[in-house]
Amino acid sequence: MVRESNNLIEFEEAPPRVSEWRRFRRVFFSRGVVVFGLVVLLVLFFTAIFATWLAPYDPYKPGTAESLAQPSLEHPLGSDILGRDTLSRLIYGSRTALMVGFISVFVAGIIGIPLGVIAGFVSGITNILIMRTMDALLCFPMLILALVMASVLGGGIQNVIIALSIATLPGYARVTCGLTLSLRENDYILAERAMGSSNLRTMLGHILPNAFPPLIVLMTMQLGGLILAEAGLSFLGIGIKPPDAAWGAMVNDGYNYLKTNPALSFAPCIAIMLVVFSFNMVGDGLRDALDPRLRGLL
Amino acid sequence: MTTYIIRRLIQALFVLIIVTLIVFFVMRLLPGDPIIIYVAQTAQLEAMPPEMVDELRAKFGLDKPIMVQYFNWVTGIFRGDFGTSIFYHENVGTLMAERFPVTAHIGVLALVVGAVLGVLAGLLAAIRRGKWADKVITPVTYIGITIPVFFLAILMIYLFGLILGWLPIYGYTSPFDDLWKSTRQLVMPVFCMAVFGLAANARQMRSSMLEVIRQDYVRTAWSKGLSERKVIMRHAMKNSLIPVITLMGLGVGMVLGGSVLVETIFAIPGVGRLMVSSILGQDYVVVQAITFVMALIILVVNLIVDISYGWLDPRIRYG
Repeated sequence: MVRESNNLIEFEEAPPRVSEWRRFRRVFFSRGVVVFGLVVLLVLFFTAIFATWLAPYDPYKPGTAESLAQPSLEHPLGSDILGRDTLSRLIYGSRTALMVGFISVFVAGIIGIPLGVIAGFVSGITNILIMRTMDALLCFPMLILALVMASVLGGGIQNVIIALSIATLPGYARVTCGLTLSLRENDYILAERAMGSSNLRTMLGHILPNAFPPLIVLMTMQLGGLILAEAGLSFLGIGIKPPDAAWGAMVNDGYNYLKTNPALSFAPCIAIMLVVFSFNMVGDGLRDALDPRLRGLL
Repeated sequence: MTTYIIRRLIQALFVLIIVTLIVFFVMRLLPGDPIIIYVAQTAQLEAMPPEMVDELRAKFGLDKPIMVQYFNWVTGIFRGDFGTSIFYHENVGTLMAERFPVTAHIGVLALVVGAVLGVLAGLLAAIRRGKWADKVITPVTYIGITIPVFFLAILMIYLFGLILGWLPIYGYTSPFDDLWKSTRQLVMPVFCMAVFGLAANARQMRSSMLEVIRQDYVRTAWSKGLSERKVIMRHAMKNSLIPVITLMGLGVGMVLGGSVLVETIFAIPGVGRLMVSSILGQDYVVVQAITFVMALIILVVNLIVDISYGWLDPRIRYG
């Protein structure tokens, strides 16, 4: 077993040259679960984009079915107390989930990553102020921080996005700071400095691009976590406000009719779980593909 | 080492000050005047003369400048006084003293279950890598870290509570009152809370175990002719536990965060449920206090983990 993995590394590093992209593709697509996750995500994107055409009924209009109808041919997942078609609401919910996930990751990354690079690159009071503030934010459980922020801001998609961005921002700052600290010890950074490159140029042109692969993996995994957190907030009634279709809120609505209409709660639950699982798997696959040494260990 | 501990303590103190600033000022950004909300809930707002509103404001200390309010709040915490809940008309300290033991009871059980089962599962998966034990455990841990807590809770309630009728679906009883009832009520919430930590611990344990069994000293142990049990238990396991301990520190945060969901679903009168009801009722004194205490617990746990890390792994240098 020991020999085998050593050989693998030597093989990976040895010529003949294989294009980076081909190697990436080979590792990425070599695991079934990763491909499964990718397919689920593609279906999800497709659903979210074409929700208007895919949804059989209007997800917001009450009375398209009987109240609390059982699953049938016309309404494959039944309907909720107001007679809204569950499948249609599920399809529209994918938009909410993806929107919250992607915008929050983007906002948190665009603030957290520069903060981390700066904190890792500059020592002294700036570093202390940034990192200790991030440490303080990390002391709050993510869900609690998002909960408090969302309630302070008052719910709704926009405020949930802000709350989740603030709650996940310190994670990026900390990881980026650690990466910067190790990257700045490299000789090529020293060479760059010797040539008289400014701090800003070194950070933007050399530290950031090299810190990117692990950050992409982190962001992909975070997407799942964010969608989960959004569902948690909406489940507690503090996140997305009705009538917007949100999976978390649907779980909560259906929970009261668990015994008679289990599909009402289970359908959005399964959707959430599939999506979170897929983002995790794709993130896992990306990590393997970007850093082959970790293969099979994590 | 001593220098490191002292420096780490000063650092923690600095972080603690920032935590109090965050908790206090974020909560005060709340939309709406807590007094008006309070008045509107308890009595008719129209019937209340403005002087009485001002009087109430003075009673809760909300008429003073915000910096004075902050200092009053912080000094109050040091005296163990978290203020008075606007809704319960009770000292928040007393409220939390009633609720925290419930959350701690469930949380500690969940952490123990997660740690013991997680470490064992990860160990088994690592030493039987590629065999059927690994092929079962590893995919299950993937599901464990991705399943939403509320899905697991609802699934268990549906299956064991509603369909099979084996377990009660909500409530909490103190184990000192009725141990059997208490245990039955705790099975589902504890399992829901434990599952993420269990899966995460198992994954971490598996990967660090695989790392450790490739080390030279483990090979030496094998070549000395020691039995598998001795090699694994005495040599490999100890060192692979180190990264798992960091994870257990994170587990405390997961349990506190998860308590909000689990206690709401199972109607458990713990601190998570108090948190949700206080947020919905805009009882900011309670929210402030709970958020602060949770952050404090995590801060202390992280401190302990960081310090014990150096003690467990002497290779770590403190520069």
